[in-house]
Amino acid sequence: MGKIYSHPESLRNLPTHYCPGCGHGIAHRLIAEVVDELKIRGKVIAVAPVGCAVIAYDYWDFDCSEAAHGRALAVATAIKRVRKNNIVFTYQGDGDLAAIGTNETIHAANRGENLSVFFINNAVYGMTGGQMAPTTLLSQKTSTTTKGRDAALHGYPLKISEMLALLPGVKYIERTSLHAPQEIIKTKKAIKTAFLNQINGVGFSLVEILSPCPTYWGMPPKASLDWIRDVMSKEFPLGRIK
Amino acid sequence: MKKILMSGNEAIAEGALRAGCTFYAGYPITPQNELIAYMSAHMQDKGGVFIQAESELAAINMVFGASAAGARAMTSSSSPGVSLKQEGISYIAGARLPAVIVNIMRAGPGLGNIWPAQSDYFQATRGGGNGDYHCIVLAPASSQESFDFMRLAFNLADKYRNPVMILGDGMLGQMMEPVAVNSSHKLSPVSYKPKSWALTGCQGRKPNIVKSFYMREGDLERANLILQNQYQAIKKKEQRFEGLLLGDAEIILVAYGSMARIAKSAVKFLRSKGKKAGLIRPITLWPFPTDIFKELSRKRKRLTFLAVEMSYGQMVEDVRLALEGKARVEFFGRSGGGIPTGEGIIKKCMRL
Repeated sequence: MGKIYSHPESLRNLPTHYCPGCGHGIAHRLIAEVVDELKIRGKVIAVAPVGCAVIAYDYWDFDCSEAAHGRALAVATAIKRVRKNNIVFTYQGDGDLAAIGTNETIHAANRGENLSVFFINNAVYGMTGGQMAPTTLLSQKTSTTTKGRDAALHGYPLKISEMLALLPGVKYIERTSLHAPQEIIKTKKAIKTAFLNQINGVGFSLVEILSPCPTYWGMPPKASLDWIRDVMSKEFPLGRIK
Repeated sequence: MKKILMSGNEAIAEGALRAGCTFYAGYPITPQNELIAYMSAHMQDKGGVFIQAESELAAINMVFGASAAGARAMTSSSSPGVSLKQEGISYIAGARLPAVIVNIMRAGPGLGNIWPAQSDYFQATRGGGNGDYHCIVLAPASSQESFDFMRLAFNLADKYRNPVMILGDGMLGQMMEPVAVNSSHKLSPVSYKPKSWALTGCQGRKPNIVKSFYMREGDLERANLILQNQYQAIKKKEQRFEGLLLGDAEIILVAYGSMARIAKSAVKFLRSKGKKAGLIRPITLWPFPTDIFKELSRKRKRLTFLAVEMSYGQMVEDVRLALEGKARVEFFGRSGGGIPTGEGIIKKCMRL
């Protein structure tokens, strides 16, 4: 019987700094597995965000650049334009991609940059201590919405994937989740599609991944997964958006 | 030699292209729009990348990415736009990336106006963004130097893996002068070290990381000390200035960029009236050419230095720091669109 499971070459064999029950470790690994399967490790250049995943480059074993908070898609645009034969992706949180970096996100998408974007939506700022994110749900409590997000005061959860889908430069958007094994398998497929689109020159591809943050949701890990299934995915419906 | 009539803005763009610049990102702002237009018209023909960015922030971060990927990369703007770029310049310095940033200064603060000024000197020479860092700052005074200094700027950026700023003003950017387009080839050839640190994909080597984030105790301090040691080396090796009639001068004007052109005409007039005037024109604003000030004040007593600026007194602080109280330092300047005239400078000198 052949070997059917091993540690990805593109992922260093290290314990991560993430909290128990966090989704980042799973998302990192899925990307590493797909990079290995597509045999693109030697060509990949990742752009890491500012946020909990800022040191993603400590875990991935391929070329990486940091970007200032929100600027990952400006950095990635230039890397890809300079090195057309490399495979360039960004890995960004909700604050990075949909608040401080909204401008960079929309314009990279609108230019139709041939990039793969992995957007981790956990509805909260993690690294800075659980503040309201653009994707925080109504009535969700955070350290800056202690009585719950109130639309009258804080506006609504931003559905940036649906917004981006309106742009002709955007070729593929799918929203997936990490709350159950079958959803993780779908996430991996979406990641592979986003990379294959870039390899085939299709254009701007984005996978929004709903990801648990038990620490700042104030829930145990299992309850966090159930909350994605029962609550968060009602606001952010899963599936192909474009 | 072939000469072409060019504005400073166009000369910078052409100089950059001939210096091997293969990536430009920028955002429109007056008075540097001819530069971005020139790049859009010519960059792609040379096989490079031109991007009109959605903002100054995006533009400088594109320069970060292009430089990380190994390209000779630049952006340009004018004062309010350069303020917006400071975040990215700090990251470029922290990540030890070479890059060239052009600031064709206009009057401030705030939106100010589009007249020439030199009031971004502090921002350019002290760092400008967060953290302990410096840009190397070059101040051309003509279309010819605007053209020539681009090669020098890219070479210094690559040599030190440090951002280099070209600090001009609206007068320099807009004024048209003949430019000998081959002259720069003699100054320094396009030559840069292989960029073993660049992001090219890790095929056949260990992965490269471009970053300015150091969380472990001591790591950031070590990274900072590498920068600080390099700044000391740059201060020793890269001071540049032009001296005029310094041999017997008693009043030495100090001015850079287009202001130095006006100061030079004032020096000539003062000499014709028997007044022993001279000029120091700093070419590098950081590192400031302190050595010549120290040398002159050591050799000769009773010297007066007059800093002339299109600002209310910024470079004059570096003149004072260089002289350490060993000579008299006076200041003459206007800003907000006001430009010190030759006549004004002469009157000021006559009163000294």
